[in-house]
Amino acid sequence: MSYQWDFSGVWSRWDILAVGLLNTIKIAAVSIVLGIVVGLVLAFLKLSPKKYLSAPATAFIEFYRNTPPIIHFFWFYYALPVLANISLDPFVAAVLALSTQSGAFYAEVFRGGIVSIEKGQWEGGRSLGMRHSQLMRRIILPQAMTRMFAPFVERSFELTKTTALASTLAYADLLYQAMRVNSETFRPLEVYTTIALMYVVLLVTASTLSRIAEARLTAYR
Amino acid sequence: MNEPILRVTELNKKFGEHHVLKGIDFSVEQGERVAIIGGSGSGKSTFLRCLNFMEMPSSGTVSLDGKEIGKPAGKNGERRYPESELCLVRERVGMVFQQFNLFPHMTVLENAMEGLLTVKGMKKEAARDLAVKELDKVGLADKHDAYPGRLSGGQQQRVAIARSLAMEPEILLFDEPTSSLDPELVGEVLVVIRKLAEEGRTMLLVTHELGFAYHFATKVIFLADGVFHEVGTPAEVLKNPKQERTRAFLNRFTEFAF
Ligand SMILES: Nc1ncnc2c1ncn2[C@@H]1O[C@H](COP(=O)(O)OP(=O)(O)OP(=O)(O)O)[C@@H](O)[C@H]1O
Ligand SMILES: [Mg+2]
Repeated sequence: MSYQWDFSGVWSRWDILAVGLLNTIKIAAVSIVLGIVVGLVLAFLKLSPKKYLSAPATAFIEFYRNTPPIIHFFWFYYALPVLANISLDPFVAAVLALSTQSGAFYAEVFRGGIVSIEKGQWEGGRSLGMRHSQLMRRIILPQAMTRMFAPFVERSFELTKTTALASTLAYADLLYQAMRVNSETFRPLEVYTTIALMYVVLLVTASTLSRIAEARLTAYR
Repeated sequence: MNEPILRVTELNKKFGEHHVLKGIDFSVEQGERVAIIGGSGSGKSTFLRCLNFMEMPSSGTVSLDGKEIGKPAGKNGERRYPESELCLVRERVGMVFQQFNLFPHMTVLENAMEGLLTVKGMKKEAARDLAVKELDKVGLADKHDAYPGRLSGGQQQRVAIARSLAMEPEILLFDEPTSSLDPELVGEVLVVIRKLAEEGRTMLLVTHELGFAYHFATKVIFLADGVFHEVGTPAEVLKNPKQERTRAFLNRFTEFAF
């Protein structure tokens, strides 16, 4: 069987895919930023010696880690509106799903980074009269960040790939736009090959940038 | 009569069931230099660490300039120690650790400036001047921009001393400052500590360098079984110990000579 590749339909609709790519980048970026906030809050709660703070955080994290990601999308888009009597934009629902999910994973990354810092660092700072918050900000987090960096990037790549699920809520991300192009061209092989390559280019670029950033961050070693 | 700068009353420290310090009473006058010796696990570090609250005393009090730290809470002599109060104490009572505990993500100069900037809230220029002065004193004027990871152990410990000195503490605590150093690097750190002694600083030093303790200290304490077994001048404790236990301990340092 010899298949006649024909990308002309895809090329002529490049603008549709470009919109999708930008939307994918947008939703990933917003979700990563919010996910960091959620993750930091969860990490600090979980690190707390007070059970009533750490237990809910642990429950939240375990819930997210043990459910399929797509359920969170459906829950925020279809279930929450019933419960709260509001209706959410697909973008908002998807961002909520993505940032809470990634927050649960980031929390473990952040917590792991923080607890990996030696006791002596705490004591060095404390012996100068630093408060807990000052120690965190000046001594612990800067060092923990270099250790968190690789797993953080890893999780962010997972998140970026998971944004494709937003297409199920009719958010115009790269996958959703590809389905549109496909329905106009009936060229699934060309369409999905193209967007697969677009994801690859996106993530390889991000990975290169992150490696440059990591080298800067760890320059002191 | 002058109030001692540091006073410890009925100090007890337990780790669970393990009773490490058993009701220690002790005071340090301004300008005194105290060397603390004793066997491994006898509680020397624990005692020192109770003085700047790296460890919380189980009971008893620590006073600085006649003022008791913390507030009584509950029975059994328990006390509550607010963070803000402990931070102020630690500004006044500096500590140098066996493992240096330098901040590896900061340069030598930044290490020495950190307490001034973050804790004292000083301006960058003023903090830099002070830090530079202390780094000069420990002989590291040429290492300002180096990261601790690139320095020898002896250099790292001198940075740690400068970092602590920059805070202008009234009392300095040293917990075996040379024990993790290669033998050839011990001297350069002891030279710095001796210089501080000549300045008349109030210091407490846990050490296994008995020769150094003899020349450095105004008072030597032999700690055993959670109590100060013998306290006296270096000559009394190190040369003519009254207690059999002290003598047995000293005899184990066979190569020990003054
Ligand atoms: N955080 C802790 N938790 C439980 N036990 C501890 C803790 N710190 C110290 N100990 C115990 O208290 C005792 C005294 O320890 P400490 O470190 O004060 O001894 P040391 O005299 O400094 O010994 P070394 O010469 O080995 O440094 C030891 O038995 C030690 O195991
Ligand atoms: Mg010790």
